[in-house]
Amino acid sequence: MNLPIYLDFQATTPVDQRVLDAMLPYFSATFGNAASRSHSFGWAAEEAVGRARKQIADLIGASPKEIVFTSGSTEGINLALKGAAEMYAAKGKHIITTQVEHKAVLDTCKRLEQEGYEVTYLKPDKTGRVSAEVVEEALRDDTILVALLWASNEIGTINPVREIGKLCHERGVLLFTDATQAVGKLPVDVESDNIDLLCLSAHKIYGPKGVGALFVRRRNPRVRLVAQMDGGGHERGMRSGTLNVPGIVGLGAACNICQEDFQKDLDHGRGLRDRFEKQIFEALDHVYINGDPENRLPQASNISFAYVEGESLIMGFADIAVSSGSACTSASLEPSHVLRACDVGDELAHSSIRFSFGRLTSAEEVDHAAAQVIEAVKRLRELSPLYEMVQEGIDLSTINWSGH
Amino acid sequence: MAYSDKVLDHYNQPRNVGSLDKKKTSVGTGVVGAPECGDVMKLQIEVEGDMIMDAKFKTFGCGSAIASSSLATEWIKGKTIDEAMQIQNTEIVEELSLPPVKIHCSVLAEDAIKSAIADYKSKQPKNQDSEPQGEAR
Repeated sequence: MNLPIYLDFQATTPVDQRVLDAMLPYFSATFGNAASRSHSFGWAAEEAVGRARKQIADLIGASPKEIVFTSGSTEGINLALKGAAEMYAAKGKHIITTQVEHKAVLDTCKRLEQEGYEVTYLKPDKTGRVSAEVVEEALRDDTILVALLWASNEIGTINPVREIGKLCHERGVLLFTDATQAVGKLPVDVESDNIDLLCLSAHKIYGPKGVGALFVRRRNPRVRLVAQMDGGGHERGMRSGTLNVPGIVGLGAACNICQEDFQKDLDHGRGLRDRFEKQIFEALDHVYINGDPENRLPQASNISFAYVEGESLIMGFADIAVSSGSACTSASLEPSHVLRACDVGDELAHSSIRFSFGRLTSAEEVDHAAAQVIEAVKRLRELSPLYEMVQEGIDLSTINWSGH
Repeated sequence: MAYSDKVLDHYNQPRNVGSLDKKKTSVGTGVVGAPECGDVMKLQIEVEGDMIMDAKFKTFGCGSAIASSSLATEWIKGKTIDEAMQIQNTEIVEELSLPPVKIHCSVLAEDAIKSAIADYKSKQPKNQDSEPQGEAR
């Protein structure tokens, strides 16, 4: 077992060896520009890009012509939201999204607000889920787009995308979904899931960083976007810029592996997650799972350890790499906006840790990590005035705290 | 975020963790911060005469908050109440090399000291409370 143990696969994943092997020739031997039409170097690159386009399309049930390469999900989100808003502004200027989106969506929406669009930010239920009913209530005649997170990067909660997509289609509204965490981990089919725009990113699925794709529906309805970057008119005019051929080949290979190993990866991740949670829950009291226990990503676990603060907890796990919903790990002092939207309570938000289990994580690593988490929580609870008060039978909500 | 060696040292081996009997008149207890802000410090002192003989703490908070309160107990032990009142948060910042985003941890530790002293004073009979400063000449 190598230390430290990486349990932050929702932040990023290592490049799979098979992916790397597929990419390497395209850095040097086959280095052509996929847009060069006049020689074999360009043709070889174009052929590789075409293969990757098909691999990606196959994974999500799209046609290769519906795939636009990007630098990752942040770009995909910006292109989808700004591009659709601009294209359909004459139809309406209302956009619906949720409070649990990634910052890339929230900040893009804020920008659109500054430009005269109106955005409704739907509040999820306590598990982080947004229902079709809530979306339906927010729909208006001038709504042009719904932007919905498929699976939460923080708490893993899965939204009912198919139902919401159906609703959107009935109402003639486009559905964009940020599927960065869903692709490769959940069955995704843009047809039966009623999706018009979808972004994904290679580095979350054992591909390289800096490359992703945006699915743009071509029929029923045909979705059009205003390009956000001017240049050579690549990607059917939607995204100019010389294609990142090795990256794209890597994304294609990563998608292909996700498709082939789908069930294996799923069973492996879920098995480890359950194994981890079982040990934690057997050893500790006052521990809570954040997100929807039924509808959440199978290889992810977001846990609040009440009465200990997340950052101090992470300091206690010398051998584990994880991230926290606590404010203290970021530059701001605000706890996670996602947990806040779920009304988890700032106190429990400060105590939350996100664990995720990957393709190469072993049971031995999980057991080691669980033991270290349990030990650190116990040690910090010895130090915690809150835990002491609770042991004495004091109800913390009755105390008049001196906030600062 | 990288922590200074001193923060790590206090985090790994916190000094004076524990509780004193808060019912005793010789014990002052300060509880500052709030759970929803991500830090709560409980700092207690046991006083004999005007000397702080013992100090204990428990802290819910980040590593810097734990280190700040641990350091505070270390510093006030053996000091007089007046000397302890002089401790400034900036001294804690300097000692632990806290980054700007963690300065509030040191402020909280200073508040905890003052709050414990105030609690101790409030428990003392009024006539004994006449500190040297106001003595008749």
